[in-house]
This record gives sequence, structure tokens and C-alpha cells, in this order.
Amino acid sequence: MTREEIESREDESMMDAPQINKPKPEEFFNVNYLRIYYGKSNLFPYSDIHKWLSYGHDGKHPGCDEYYFGRREFSFTLENDVYLRYKSFKNASSMEDAIRSHFPYKIDIGAVYSVDPDKRHAYSQTGSNVFTPVERELVFDIDITDYDDVRYCCSGADVCSKCWPLMTVAIKVIHTSLTEDFGFKHILWVFSGRRGVHCWVCDPKARRMTNEQRSAVAEYFRVYKGNENNARKVALMGYSLHPFLARSYVDYLKGFFEGELQATQSIFSTKDKYEKILAMISDEDIQSELRGKWENSARSSLSEEAISLVRWEQLKNTLQSKKHKAPTLRMCVEEIVFTFTYPRIDLEVSKQMNHLLKAPFCVHPKTGRVCVPIDPNNCDEFDPLAVPTLSQLIEEINSGGSRMDVDDDSDDSDTSLLGKSVKFFRSSFLEPLLKSCKEEIESSYKTKIGKSKDSLSW
Amino acid sequence: MEVIRSQKRTASNDVVSNPKIPLYLTAPPLEVRLEEFELFAIDRLRVLKGVSDGLARGKNPKEMDDVVDALWKEHMRHSDASEMLNKDIISHFVIRLVYCRSDELKKWFLSMETALFRHRFRLRNFEAQRAIVGEFGLPYKAVTGAELEVPFEEVPDLVAGRRVLIQKGHAFVAGSQLVSLVVTQFRSHISKALILTNRKWMTTIREREKDRLTPIVEALSTTYVGPDYSQSSEYADISLKDIDQVSKSSFPLCMRHLFEKLREDHHLKHGGRMQLGLFLKGVGLKLDDALAFWRAEFSKKVGSERFDKEYAYGIRHNYGKEGKRTDYTPYACQKIISSAPGAGDHHGCPYRHFSEDNLRAALGRMGLSSRGMEDVMDKVRNKHFQLACTLTFEAVYGTSCDVGINHPNQYFEESQKILKSKTPAAPV
Repeated sequence: MTREEIESREDESMMDAPQINKPKPEEFFNVNYLRIYYGKSNLFPYSDIHKWLSYGHDGKHPGCDEYYFGRREFSFTLENDVYLRYKSFKNASSMEDAIRSHFPYKIDIGAVYSVDPDKRHAYSQTGSNVFTPVERELVFDIDITDYDDVRYCCSGADVCSKCWPLMTVAIKVIHTSLTEDFGFKHILWVFSGRRGVHCWVCDPKARRMTNEQRSAVAEYFRVYKGNENNARKVALMGYSLHPFLARSYVDYLKGFFEGELQATQSIFSTKDKYEKILAMISDEDIQSELRGKWENSARSSLSEEAISLVRWEQLKNTLQSKKHKAPTLRMCVEEIVFTFTYPRIDLEVSKQMNHLLKAPFCVHPKTGRVCVPIDPNNCDEFDPLAVPTLSQLIEEINSGGSRMDVDDDSDDSDTSLLGKSVKFFRSSFLEPLLKSCKEEIESSYKTKIGKSKDSLSW
Repeated sequence: MEVIRSQKRTASNDVVSNPKIPLYLTAPPLEVRLEEFELFAIDRLRVLKGVSDGLARGKNPKEMDDVVDALWKEHMRHSDASEMLNKDIISHFVIRLVYCRSDELKKWFLSMETALFRHRFRLRNFEAQRAIVGEFGLPYKAVTGAELEVPFEEVPDLVAGRRVLIQKGHAFVAGSQLVSLVVTQFRSHISKALILTNRKWMTTIREREKDRLTPIVEALSTTYVGPDYSQSSEYADISLKDIDQVSKSSFPLCMRHLFEKLREDHHLKHGGRMQLGLFLKGVGLKLDDALAFWRAEFSKKVGSERFDKEYAYGIRHNYGKEGKRTDYTPYACQKIISSAPGAGDHHGCPYRHFSEDNLRAALGRMGLSSRGMEDVMDKVRNKHFQLACTLTFEAVYGTSCDVGINHPNQYFEESQKILKSKTPAAPV
């Protein structure tokens, strides 16, 4: 995809009233639906997004920074891959207007800068008035294509109920660490629309992290160091696992590997598959011993899953008795489990403040699915193939189904397709976040006032 | 800056028993004599360059601890502990002023001062280290006798390497890991300080001090900090009849090349005449011999009359016999490397200025094996030109040269030392 930056003028293009046609089943996504989605249909939750990214700076308190929202970078990807960067909006309605005039295929959220991204050229590159990011959520991007070497049901852009559990386990491991180890509280997980998940850590401490600190957290999470040149892609050094890895292993990875993974991937059942695992054992004799057992095993009536489990037990027992042979064998069992199950995050996304990431509630152009939030405490229940598509949403409108009024919080009986997601976003994430932001604004305002009071007394 | 308290009175000036490493947080309100301003800075520069050399040679942390200990003792020691501390602080601030003036200088200064700090810290015991952590004003809690609790943001490299336990945003740092913690703080502070110092320099200091400190500051950043070879030593006393032989056996590549070209073309342009001419002076060639040597070559091309008229003056000038009678010193590597030879020039540093092919050919003629050549080319690629020359020296003479070559005359003298010790009687 080529991207050109175009200095945009906000042109108020006249829009015809959208044609609401009955969608053909195979069309999940098209421009007309997109216009409805972002149009007056009350589907895209403009005001929730605005409230979120304002972080309490709604102008209702003297300590608010009324220009805060306006310093956030957004980018639009339009039809034909036209890419518009450094867009910024002074308030919710100019954001709405811009989206409704462009109908972007993708909306990305960037950092909050020292000055309006729109006006960055007015500022010099050096000195104290430089254009630079000042706040940005700590973000993570996990994409299932990074697991292609360990999933056998799909590859590339496809995802199914057999491999999606890898994402579920990734969410659990990372979320637990973010809350328990790092103490973060305001974390939003979002479906990326096709084959992965994004994570937005929105605590004030997180938003103010430097690139070096973000990089440190990303490296803390990094275990897999694979490419096609090495067979042993996870090397766990030292005498014991770091407490974070140990906890992840015991609480999530081991159980997942020995249970669901065997059922869905049967990683030992064919020669191709088990050779890959044998290559991770850095001792030829052990490899041969196991190969001998498996190559010539009698044709049994056991299922693929059962065969895999048996072989896994054999591997564990063999390694247990022989692990003293070499230091690299000591944690071989754990390494195999980690290789197949441990989260693989895209480091580059997390390391730099100026990296853009797709906005929640966008629609994925290839699948038509909405990027809805995922509840980390219930992520086992999330099914990527049941996420509402653009055409389903339009269909719902057409058949006069419950038109969700986005601004009406009190409607508990709302059952629209997207309504549940927006409600979850509000109640589990946005409300606690805003409460804590407002407390922070108030307390730092009080401190500032207190200080200046002191300086006046003489 | 706090009042300088003298430490518990210890007789020895051992670095380890003098626990205080200043953090250079504020400029000291001390009086400095102008002379000391420059001298202190030069001594510290020697330490920093020694650190730079050690790192470029790939020494491991323990070896670097020893290097730093030795360098500090050699250049920064003082019989009075508080005088030593003053010199430490003053020299740092002077060098900071010198090295804040460009991005390249800032980067070098930051790396070397941080490395110096790191290894001086490592040489201290846990109590002293903990005191230093405190001085940074870090919000730490001592958890047990040997552990500190700090916010995880303060120790990014320990977090990245999963070398600390983290709970609810707090990292538990063991005593042995304190280095990482303080070095991060130190580096961040010095980095910010350099920007501020630069601003002050540009806006007020440079102009205000233009007749006093500014010339000293501007010269210090290119200062060569070794002997100047203006007086010939016992190892540098050659005569005309030896010169060809000695050029093959003991000249560094830069001078060998100039010499060969002179013999070949019977001429050298100005840059080459200066570089080679002063080198030969440092090597012990007397003025009369020098005149005879250059005349013999040049007259083959331009005739002896023109030589006397146009070139002899220059040679006499180099020996301090003309004009303002300065006895010019032979160029150090730093100066040669930073020269800019143009078309028809043969001076400069071959490791920097030759193309890879030409350099390989020249090294081949010096007798380097292909293995030796690869090591040298590797240093060249990483722009460590003096190390490349040092490796060449080591390969040619089959010996190691720990101090590193930083002056062509040093190369010559070291070479002569080795050759004479092998065959004491014969001329080499």
C-alpha cells in the first residue's frame, strides 16, 4: 500500500441522502454502508470516543486544559489508499464533521503533541517550541499471523475457532501482567477486526512514559525470538523462570497447551509436525529416542488428539530423566510450551510514542467487522466470527430493529448488535477512567493553587 | 553545590576508599586559576580518551573497572582528598563546556562520562553505592539489607531484561543491579545538562569570554594529549644514509606512502611536505640533512635553483629558523586524520583517506597476512582509524601495543625500540 501525505483542506462535500439498500449476503463492506455507519445512524460512538480521548478535560473544571483534545493526532485512510496524517480537531463536532466528509476506510489514533498537529509547521524544529509527542497510551498489537509457524488450521489472514484461542491466552497473560506487575488500571482491549487484538493502557502514568520505558515493557513481554533461521526460537536462560513467566506458565500456558491446544492443533500427530518439535530439543540422542518411538508406532484407533497427548507425555518423561545432560535441556519442556502458546506482540508498535494505531469501533474493510472491545475478564467467550459486520448492522436498521440511541445511557433493555459493545465500553472502561481523570485534574489543580498561595504569603 | 566535606581521613588515595563520586549537578562556586582550568581539563581528557580506547577494544566490564581505576590513579590523583574532589568537579565542568558545542562532541562526552561513572560506581562498596542512589533523589525504599524498591520506570534496562521482580509498578532491585539504576539517572541528567550548557555557551559565555576562556575551550576539543616529539629521543636520531632503510622498516603507513611518492615523483605538495617534513624532524633528521634530502629529490624535478628559491625557506621555517621562529611540532594522528587531502595530495591518514582497494594493496606491501588485513579493515569500517594503525603495527612487529598509536612518531619510536632490541648492533 502506498501512502501519500496530502495537505488536506477540510472541504465540505455535499452528500446525497444515503441509499439504504438491502445488502447482498457476500458484501460485508462497501462505501455506502460506511456512509451510513458514520452518518446519522448513531452507530459510531462519536461522543464516547471524544470523552475517552479528552481524559476529563471537558472544560467544566478550572484545572482543565481545553486544548488537550485538539493536540491529538488522527489519521484517515481513504478509499484508494489515500492517506491523510496529522489531522486534529478542536472538539467532538469538528471530528464528526471531518469523518462525515471523508468517510475514511480506517481511522488511526496517534499521540497528543505539544501543539496542534494541524499547525505543526508554524513551529520550529529546535528550541523550546518544538513539535513533539507529549502523551500517548501504552499500546500493544497482537496479530495471529505472527503465530503461523505454530498453527496448523489456518495461515495468513484467516482465523478460526481453533486458532483464535491463542489470542485469548495472549490477552490473559498480558492483561494479568499489566495489572499485577505494572499496576495499571485503565486497560482497553479491542478486536482488530480480522485476526488480532489491540491493547490500550490509558493510565496517566502510562500515557507519560518515554520511548525508552515503553521499549523496556515491550522487551519484558518478549520471549519468542524466531525467524526461519533458528529451530529453537524460545531460549529460556538461567536456573529458573522469572516470576512473571512462571506465573504465566502455571496459570495459563501449561493448561492451555495440554488441553485446548492439543485438541485443536494436534501438534504431534504427523511426522512433519513432530519433527518441528524434535528440532527444539538440543540433543540428538533424545531426538532419536523419541523419533524411534513415534515413527513406528502401531496404527491405533486413537484420535489425533489422544496420540498427541500420549507423545507429549513421552517427551516430558524422557526430558525429565535426561535434563541434566546439558544446560540447554533444563527448560526444554517449558520452552516448547512457550513456543506454542506465549503471546507474540509486535514490538515496534509499542516502542514509540508517535506510532499510530487503529481506533476502536472502526470497521475493517476486508471483513466488514467492527473493532469492538473485548472484556479481558471474559475473553474465553469472545468469538471473532460473531462480531457484527457492517452489513448486519445495516440490515438491522432496515428491518426497523432497535435503533440504538447512542446518547441514551439509561436504556438497559437495549439489545442492538452494537449496543452491547458500546455499553461495555462505557461502563467498564470509560466511566472508571473518567472518574479517575477528574480526580487527578482536581488534585493537581489544588496543588498548583496551594503552591501559588504559598508564594504570595510574605 | 554542597560544601565540600573532607571524607574520613584515610592515608591512602585509593579510589575505592574515597567514596564520593560527585554527580556534577550544579557548577561549583569554586575559584579556579586559569592555568588549572586548562590543565585539569587535559588530565580528565586523558582519562576519558583512555575509557574510549578501552571500550573500542572491546574490554569486558571487569577489565574496564581496572582500566578506569588505573587511569584515575594516574591522571586525577592528588595527595589531598578534597583537592582531588575539586579537580574532579572542575575538570568535568570545563570539559562539559568544551563538549557541549556540537552533537558529535556531546554524544562522545555523554558516552564516556557515563562509562566513567559506571565503572567508578562499580568499584565502590554497597554502602557507598546506596548513598549515591540517595543523592539522585530517587524515591526508593530499602527493603532488605541488600535490596531497594523503586518505580519500574527508573530501571528500564532491568525491566527489559526481566532481571527484576515487579509488583504493582514497583521494581525490586538487588544491590548488584544498582549500577543500572544510577547510570540511567546519571546519563539522563548529563544529557539535559549538556543542552542547557550549550544554550548558555551560545548566548552568553562564548562572547563574554572571547579573550580569555573561549580560545582555550575551542582548542581543547581537538587537543592531542600525548608527547609532542619536538625533541628527538635516543630512538629517533637518523641520518640521511639510513633514511631509505628506516622508511621501510619503521615508518607508519602514512609516512611510508608520502616517502614513496616523494621518491617516485620527486615532488610533494604543501600538505605532504608539512606532514612528512615535520615527521622527519621528529624522527631526528637535522636541518642540514633535511635540506640536503629535500633538495636531492626536488631538484630532479624543478632544479636546485628553484628549490633554493621556493622550497628551502619552508623547510627552515619548520625548524624554527625563519619568521616567528616557532619550532613546529610534528602532527599527531588526530590532526592527520582530520585533514582533507585533495587531488594530487598524498598526505592524510591512509586508513581514512584511501579507498578500500588501495588500502589493501598498501597493507599487503607492508607484509600483512589476509587474516591480519581483515582485522584492520574491520576497524577501518567502524572508523577506528588509529586502532587500525595499531593493529597494523602489531601485525608487522608481532607484538601487542596496548597503549594504541596516536602519533606517527610514536609508531616510529616503538618500532625502533623493538627492532633494536632484536638486533642491537645493526642499523635498522
